[in-house]
Amino acid sequence: MMGDFWKRFSRNRGAVIGLFILLLVVVVAAIAPLLFPDSPWRMVQRPFLPPFEMSEYPLGTDTIGRNVISGLAYGAQVSLLVGLVSTVVSLLIGIPIGALAGYFGGFVDDALMRFTELFQTVPNFALAIVLVAIFEPSIYSIIAAIAIVSWPPVARLVRGEFLSLRQREYVEAATLSGQSHAAIIWRQILPNTLSPIIVLASLMVATAILLESSLSFLGLGDPNLMSWGYMIGAARTVIRQAWWLSFFPGVAILLTVLALNLIGEGLNDALNPRLARKGK
Amino acid sequence: MHSIRALRARASKGTMMATPAARIEHLKIALPEGADRALAVDDVSFDLVPGEILCIVGESGSGKSMSANAMMGLLPDLVRPVGGRILVGDKDILTLSDKERRDMRGRAMAMIFQEPMSALNPLMKVADQIAEVYEAHGLLTPRERKDRAVQLLTEVGIPEPEKAARAYPFQLSGGQRQRVMIAMALALEPKILIADEPTTALDVTTQAQILDLIRHLQRERDMAVMFITHDFGVVAEIADRVAVMQFGKIVEEGSVDDVLDHPQHDYTRKLIAAIPRLSADRRAAIEKAPILAVEGLNKTYHTGGSMFAKGRVVHAVNDVSFVLADGETLGIVGESGSGKSSVGRCLVRLLDPDSGVVKLGGVDMAYMKGEELRRERKRIQMIFQDPYASLNPRSRVGRILSEGPMAHGKPKDEAYQRASELLELVGLDASAIDRYPHEFSGGQRQRIGIARALALEPEVIIADEAVSALDVSIQAQVLDLLADLKARLNLALVFITHDLRVAAQVCDRIAVMQKGRIVELGPAYDIFNDPRDAYTRSLIEAIPGREKELAAMTG
Repeated sequence: MMGDFWKRFSRNRGAVIGLFILLLVVVVAAIAPLLFPDSPWRMVQRPFLPPFEMSEYPLGTDTIGRNVISGLAYGAQVSLLVGLVSTVVSLLIGIPIGALAGYFGGFVDDALMRFTELFQTVPNFALAIVLVAIFEPSIYSIIAAIAIVSWPPVARLVRGEFLSLRQREYVEAATLSGQSHAAIIWRQILPNTLSPIIVLASLMVATAILLESSLSFLGLGDPNLMSWGYMIGAARTVIRQAWWLSFFPGVAILLTVLALNLIGEGLNDALNPRLARKGK
Repeated sequence: MHSIRALRARASKGTMMATPAARIEHLKIALPEGADRALAVDDVSFDLVPGEILCIVGESGSGKSMSANAMMGLLPDLVRPVGGRILVGDKDILTLSDKERRDMRGRAMAMIFQEPMSALNPLMKVADQIAEVYEAHGLLTPRERKDRAVQLLTEVGIPEPEKAARAYPFQLSGGQRQRVMIAMALALEPKILIADEPTTALDVTTQAQILDLIRHLQRERDMAVMFITHDFGVVAEIADRVAVMQFGKIVEEGSVDDVLDHPQHDYTRKLIAAIPRLSADRRAAIEKAPILAVEGLNKTYHTGGSMFAKGRVVHAVNDVSFVLADGETLGIVGESGSGKSSVGRCLVRLLDPDSGVVKLGGVDMAYMKGEELRRERKRIQMIFQDPYASLNPRSRVGRILSEGPMAHGKPKDEAYQRASELLELVGLDASAIDRYPHEFSGGQRQRIGIARALALEPEVIIADEAVSALDVSIQAQVLDLLADLKARLNLALVFITHDLRVAAQVCDRIAVMQKGRIVELGPAYDIFNDPRDAYTRSLIEAIPGREKELAAMTG
């Protein structure tokens, strides 16, 4: 099974490149304290030092002389952390709701889906801003806000999968053999919904990173943590004098999100081989 | 009977002289890497002669459809021909450009498919779809096209062709849709007609009509027909010549009488021997206490109702009553939509009946709920139709077999011990316990399904089309296994099937269902030899290959 998985995944060249970029970002985030022992908030040189002039500060310094490349490395930590944790939290909300709605149907389905729609009718980003503003910006409130706005698609996907899988003969056989609802949901149906959930989750990490950057850009980031969105936000007033201050964090966001999307596509090819595009 | 056969034999001798309409020479078609064999079709040669029906028979995976698809240029993306020629007239189809091939399709040869619903465009009226064939080749004016469409529909015997021309596919029955497909195939008067399992998805009475129609049109138009099927009964009905395929090779070819009556190759012999005989034995009536008693069972479906439109009410099970004795096999036969599956599902309570009594060993199961139902249900278990959908792809076989007993409180060790005993009981190796379902073939999977049904030591087993998805030789093995287990474990069996041959072989008594009602119920021998109900008679008369078999039996 595993061998097949890698074979199909690696047939998608974009996905392999994406995986490579993501690994690079992960490594940078992991060894940031070793590369840059100083805090990224510390002023180290004159302000507005352009990139590629001093080998010690290859990407230059910002408006008050902080090291840009060090900010990027620490920002990677925040982006990955927020992306992963908020995705896990929204899966923890979305999967049970979708599973119960799809499995039991009827009144349970109606109630849970109306509840889900309540969240879907409010624009994601606006809701996230409001939530962060109410709870004071911190890494926890940001993760909570992103999770709260991004679980509805998970619930809908899982519900759809459950609706179709619950009709399968092996689920009926499990019912006949006297297994409880919990055992059928947990052991018969859920394992068979994992493939689409994994694909969706990889794309949700990318969306969460974008949301975090947007919140930080607006000044709603965690004030104690350096993040890519904050760097761009702080540099927006000087974009004409110091292009590099918004350019490099922008590239970092672009590459990370692109990598995650490529990986998601590769996972889709690998996990749903019948749906994979032909001729590859 | 004999005179017809003699006529047929003379007719086919007469056509020996005719030039073949198509000639397949040493065709080789390669499968993508990693498939179970290198060549889907391996050095296959045959001729299609005008006025003759060539049946290509084989089990699933024998490569029979691939050769047809190659002729039409419809091979799947990764499958390509690697050798040989397909000559139609003086052109080799394999070397033609896409444009030339498109021009030949429909004109020189046409194809009809297995599933008439998915082969027709659901959003287009029937007449428009037929007209499209002319349009694609730039023939006739729009007005003439519509007229031709109605003419063709008349020719394929659709009742009220004017009205059918204006209908959408979903408004027609399965048999009518297949007639529309045939009308489309005939639109440009092709010399070659390729039919890929055209009656497999149809009920037995409809199948008989469509076979008649194909036979009739073929004679009238002097077409060469390539008819692909897995069913030797159909072969006996329609073929002039037969080619038997196995693993991509033609193992035997000859006239229909030679192949069916004097098969030369071992594989052909094995296939023919595996066909269930169409004669029920006169069996002693089983006079044991009834284990299952069903009285006045009803189930209706309400569909499509809304605030403005009145919904349709379908009486799927209508006042059904029968008794099943201990150790007896009762067959429930009927065509699709007769309600036979709904009865089975009401018995195990996958469906809730509207009214009626289902007494299992004296306890009424029909309205039981919750924990009580969970406990009682272990006494009545089900074997499902589709061996691919009935086993959880993510569970190992050991877990599939032990989940039931564990849910009823058996310790894990004992349940797994029992699972390996069950595997041996159904003729599988005990090592199968650690493997996943996808590592097994269809027949082996069905054995696992049977083992699962037995795991809870039930008194009654419902087999819902349990062998319908299997190839004929595998089907014979599974039926033998069921008969053996039934005798050893003293099970009572409700055997639901559309296949009367299978029912004749395994059932003590048979209930014939039509539109939710049991129209006739009696010993299998009586049902086949002295059917009382007109519907039963029409079902039995429609079984393909019946005449030939009767002729063989009487000498």
